[in-house]
Amino acid sequence: MAFTLGFHIVLASMGVAFPAMMLIANYRGLRRNDADALRLAERWSKVAAVLIAVGAVTGTVLSFEFGLLWPAFTGRFGDVFGILFAIEGIFFFTEAIFIAIYIYGWKRMSGWAHFWTGVPVVVSGIGGAYSVVAVNAWMNQPGGFDLAKDGTVKSVDLVKVIFNHAVPYEVPHMILAAYIVAAFLIASVYAFGMLRGRRDRHHRLGLLIPLTVGLIAAPIQFAVGDTAARSIASDQPVKFAAMECNKTTHRHVTEYIFGICTADGVKGGIGIPGFDSFLVGFNTDTKVKGYDIVPPNDRPPFNTMLHWAFDIMVGICSAMIALGAWLAWAWWRRRDIPKTRWFLRAVAISGIAAVVALECGWIVTEVGRQPWIVYNVMRTKDGVTGASGVWVTFGASLVIYTVLGVATVLILRTMSRRWRSAGAEEVSVPYGPSDPVPPASEGSS
Amino acid sequence: MSTADAVAGVLWIGATFYAVFGGADFGGGFWGLFAGSGERGRRARALVDWAIGPVWEANHVWLILVLVVLWTGFSVAFESVMSTLFIPLSIAALGIVLRGSGFAFHKQAAHSSYRLFAERLFGVSSLLTPFFMGTVVGAIASGRVPVGNAAGDPVTSWLNGVSILTGVLFVATSAYVAAVFLVSDSRRAGEPDLEEYFVKRALGAGVATGGLAVAGLVVYRADARYIYDGLTGDALPLVIVSALCGAGVLFLLWRGHRRGTRPLAIGAVVAVIWGWGVAQHPYLLPKSLTISEGAGNNTTMEAILIVFVAAVLIVIPSLVFLYTLSQRSIVEAEPPPPSAGASSPNP
Repeated sequence: MAFTLGFHIVLASMGVAFPAMMLIANYRGLRRNDADALRLAERWSKVAAVLIAVGAVTGTVLSFEFGLLWPAFTGRFGDVFGILFAIEGIFFFTEAIFIAIYIYGWKRMSGWAHFWTGVPVVVSGIGGAYSVVAVNAWMNQPGGFDLAKDGTVKSVDLVKVIFNHAVPYEVPHMILAAYIVAAFLIASVYAFGMLRGRRDRHHRLGLLIPLTVGLIAAPIQFAVGDTAARSIASDQPVKFAAMECNKTTHRHVTEYIFGICTADGVKGGIGIPGFDSFLVGFNTDTKVKGYDIVPPNDRPPFNTMLHWAFDIMVGICSAMIALGAWLAWAWWRRRDIPKTRWFLRAVAISGIAAVVALECGWIVTEVGRQPWIVYNVMRTKDGVTGASGVWVTFGASLVIYTVLGVATVLILRTMSRRWRSAGAEEVSVPYGPSDPVPPASEGSS
Repeated sequence: MSTADAVAGVLWIGATFYAVFGGADFGGGFWGLFAGSGERGRRARALVDWAIGPVWEANHVWLILVLVVLWTGFSVAFESVMSTLFIPLSIAALGIVLRGSGFAFHKQAAHSSYRLFAERLFGVSSLLTPFFMGTVVGAIASGRVPVGNAAGDPVTSWLNGVSILTGVLFVATSAYVAAVFLVSDSRRAGEPDLEEYFVKRALGAGVATGGLAVAGLVVYRADARYIYDGLTGDALPLVIVSALCGAGVLFLLWRGHRRGTRPLAIGAVVAVIWGWGVAQHPYLLPKSLTISEGAGNNTTMEAILIVFVAAVLIVIPSLVFLYTLSQRSIVEAEPPPPSAGASSPNP
């Protein structure tokens, strides 16, 4: 399930944020009468449709997995968190319908009317992201229900479930992450193109529009993430201790960057004395809770991995901010992107880096919550299915998703090659309008 | 009617939509798989493609609706079904992934060998999913799913006469519904010979489905007595309506009529599904869990109904909007060229 989710999270991020880039390009195209921007928007809408379709397939499988892998968890708490998925269903449906209308509307509707049919896609993408991430937030900070003596759910307060304690920091953090991942992935595709010598206006716009979004989002994300980390220090102190490899509760806690977590503290790595305390309470004298507040079997595993995942995520975000500063400087001086090829190279790898950061964040929040599936309420091992053969299911989904991932990339490459060679806009996509002419008559020899 | 019954009704509405539209979708894959490799087979496949193209993925939303309502409203039943029947359900989910990717990718596949592979994948998984969904329904109907986490037998619960027959019946029904739909689609596309082609198949599938349904009653009498008693008791009027609709479709097609076949075919499926619901009432899992026992927290049950109403209010108008737009484009478009296709450009 972790694997399926790790795959789905990338697709879902694209599904949430890609339509926004598409609309920005569309807006620019309409405002400035810019044909290049409009063409970008049209192509992006088709790519978004493919990604949303694949995301829908992985989403369907995920809803199966809730039962196939976690029947006891869903069986016990389904009526607490399930409603969020019902709400997400509405958002997803709206998103899928309007992306179809939007794609259909190219050259058929007037410019602004068409633009407005794209707005529900963006809004429902954000709404859907809220609903799903709120479930995860609830698993981290469960609330809004009472348990009877036998452990079954006695009463539910849905408002407290939907607006649970972790929502205010986890949901914005994830939505921003989605925008950052989509922005840098798209920008990196165009950076590759420019490195290969395709330095036309089309590529420049394709690079600059998402990059601007990403570079605005990255510093905000840094601040939101910082707030999230401070909230975790008080809401889930064990997770925070694991992120920082902090064994004992004390003051003047050293912040370690990388290093290996061992029984007698962090080996290697760069230590900044007192900085961990400072980050938590803006004072090096702040007391930070360590691992030792809970018995060993309540602590998360893989401490070093967790610690590294957190540091890598923060590191990548900082690098993105630096990239943004570089671009802003060049833009301010010369109204142009930095001349050196190193800038394009940096952007080209930023897409992969953004995905790595996303997955690291996912590892931190999920592994950091272990051994609980519902924090301090239900252990992961109690939520899992009683059926044997789960490893078969797991192996099968591993194979399927690899195939699906490779195939998605191949499809998008084919689309891009066709666009480049023919300049033809007619690439058929799952959400495209029904062809007015049945293809039975097409392509006969 | 209690809140729990109303939520069960929502569940059943989702199941009905999935059976009709998802079923037609799977059936399309069925006919594509058995269309053969000749020129006519290729054209038949292209027609199937064209007919299900715009809606292929929207149909799975009904399945997601069923799953979400089940785990939110009746989480104990969800837990029991999913954990005991994880083998057929995993295969059904596998079928959905392969089908979706096969369909999405074969349009893009550059080489004809990839394309053929993607089409095969699409066809085979169109068989797998309804068959294994059928075995799941059979397992529930014959009372082989006890309450609890993996409490039932992981193999014999779905590998038995009732389950297999239900699985085959599901495949036959979806092939039948799809063939009836494709008759109208060929007409819309202006392909008279394909229309004839699918009329023959609709008649064949209709007779086969009817035969299987009768055989099903015998097997159910022996092994799923509760459902059998319901179907021949309270639900008998619905069963009769279903049989009449099915016979009506066959009669109309045989006499060369086209109008009315689609609604009647849908009617046959809808009637039997609701007949099933009536037969199974008040049980979610016959004889071991009733709807009221399985119901979740009352606040949640009410919220499901509210969300359902909101969904109807938001989603239906936008679907109508989309549908109107795409219909208008078909009206505006030039009449389809002759199917020899010499004049049309490469895809």
